[in-house]
Amino acid sequence: MDFLQSIDWMQLLKCFVVGGLICIVGQILIDKTKLTPARILVIFVTTGAILGGLGIYQYLIDFAGAGATVPLTGFGANLAKGAIQEVQTSGLLGAFIGGVKASAGGIATAVFFGYIASLIAKPKIKKQ
Amino acid sequence: MKRLGKQTISFDSPPTIVETASIVGPKEGQGPLAKYFDQCLEDEFWGEKTWEKAESKIIKETVNTVIHKSGIPMEQIDYCFAGDLLNQCISSSFGLRELNIPFFGVFGACSTFVESLCLGSVFIEGHGATNTLCATSSHFCSAEKQFRFPLELGNQRPPSAQWTVTGSGAAILSANGNGPYITTITPGKIIDMGIKDANNMGAAMAPSALDSLIVHFNDTGRKPSYYDVIVTGDLGYIGKEILTELSESKGFQIQNNYEDCGVLIFNKEEQDTHSGGSGCACIGTTFSGYFFKQLREKKINKILLIATGALMNSMSSQQGESIPGIAHAISIEN
Amino acid sequence: MKPLETKQEYSNYVDKKSPNSPILKNCFNAFWVGGLICSIGQIIMDFCIYQGMDKTASSTVVSIVLIAISALLTSLNIFNKIGKFAGAGSLIPITGFANSIVSPAIEYKSEGYVMGVGGKMFTVAGPVLVFGISASVIIGIIALLFT
Repeated sequence: MDFLQSIDWMQLLKCFVVGGLICIVGQILIDKTKLTPARILVIFVTTGAILGGLGIYQYLIDFAGAGATVPLTGFGANLAKGAIQEVQTSGLLGAFIGGVKASAGGIATAVFFGYIASLIAKPKIKKQ
Repeated sequence: MKRLGKQTISFDSPPTIVETASIVGPKEGQGPLAKYFDQCLEDEFWGEKTWEKAESKIIKETVNTVIHKSGIPMEQIDYCFAGDLLNQCISSSFGLRELNIPFFGVFGACSTFVESLCLGSVFIEGHGATNTLCATSSHFCSAEKQFRFPLELGNQRPPSAQWTVTGSGAAILSANGNGPYITTITPGKIIDMGIKDANNMGAAMAPSALDSLIVHFNDTGRKPSYYDVIVTGDLGYIGKEILTELSESKGFQIQNNYEDCGVLIFNKEEQDTHSGGSGCACIGTTFSGYFFKQLREKKINKILLIATGALMNSMSSQQGESIPGIAHAISIEN
Repeated sequence: MKPLETKQEYSNYVDKKSPNSPILKNCFNAFWVGGLICSIGQIIMDFCIYQGMDKTASSTVVSIVLIAISALLTSLNIFNKIGKFAGAGSLIPITGFANSIVSPAIEYKSEGYVMGVGGKMFTVAGPVLVFGISASVIIGIIALLFT
């Protein structure tokens, strides 16, 4: 119960608002353009990588925590950050290793659970 | 058989629609037309392992039902015309591979049902056949999988999107019979007004319906009021409104006796189907289930059936092509 | 109404006839669902840090847990209902990425485990990895040149 008392509610509020606002940007793209979900995800991940590469996205992460890392822009920023950091230690090789290394956990989990889900789940119709 | 005007054929000894049958999925079975269908399924798989197998089973069973109901022995049915939406029309050819009737695979997207009726009736009128079988099918899940996204993907459907009807409609035409008769057919031209939005099929197909409608009236000299009801296939709410306004702008008042199967088959509010139903089975089941019974009970006596189709595939929309539409019209009279 | 002759006239007319998405309602739902998912992530993150993990590792745990939850909800046919309600609210967080990998895996199971599940798994999410990873490599090279 100590953990619950240690939660920073102000931080949580900032996270909620920033995460929500990033999703609103996505929603406007869905409703106002004819972009498919795949294209919107690509726009977000690329934007995140560029902002991450420029070092701008880190300010948002410092401010909003998971509100900035959980959206796909955070995934993109993390790829960029990983590449930049790895370049410092391994040079050119790092550019190729760093991005995937930093996001390996997410990619591997998604692939693994995708495979597991295909073993156990059956396609179902949307009821609505 | 003689030619009227530009595109219409009128029949000297019009073939009779002897019998129809329809099987629909669970969602259609909860819709307003449920009681008119021969069978409403309880689940989309119908005991099969894949959506594609389920769709084949639906068309197979619908064809068996129509043959059984008609009382015509299988060997006296001369030709079969059928098609669907899946690549290379596999639902029809796989579903009907054990039928043992000479088979024409027909593709006209959602206009397939009326296209089959056109071909089937010309074969009879030309004395090439005594009885012909026309069938079509579509399945929401197999169509989503082929044309759009996996069913489990958490995406939102825009308000102009339509819901593919799960089901199959089939009809048997015969040289012998006393109506309802197919009196004229007006095969349509391909019309492309540049609509690219695959989530707005009604708007993409409405111009082709308008063209066939006008050509039909001009060729036959008939007026919209000649018919008890004018029925389009799957224009949905948006396409229906567009067709009504466009035909008025061309001097044809159809709003009093015009219906669209995509509007009729679902309850828009309760079933959350956005702009209405679509798919080959939309007009296939609605005509076979609802309108044919009305014709037979003489509640309506003259009907103009216009099936609309969007002639595209998922590759063409990825390549940024616009969506060509087609509409075939037939008049059916008692 | 005047008859419409050109494609442009028709296209303008169709735009007027087609209903707009209820964008305010959609944005509101996207906002609070998206915010909620991020907040769940934040709580997981705080918990990891509370347990003594470092920030990078905690961040990875957040991704793994959210992806696992999303995969489970996708398998149970619940995620598509959330997605229909929340739109970008569940698409933009890492949960949407997971859903876009898990959903084709389930759907294309009927085409076999190798070419169906394995081959089609990335039909929606593949572009995200292609563009994300390519961008990271380019950024890494640029970083190398400027340091």
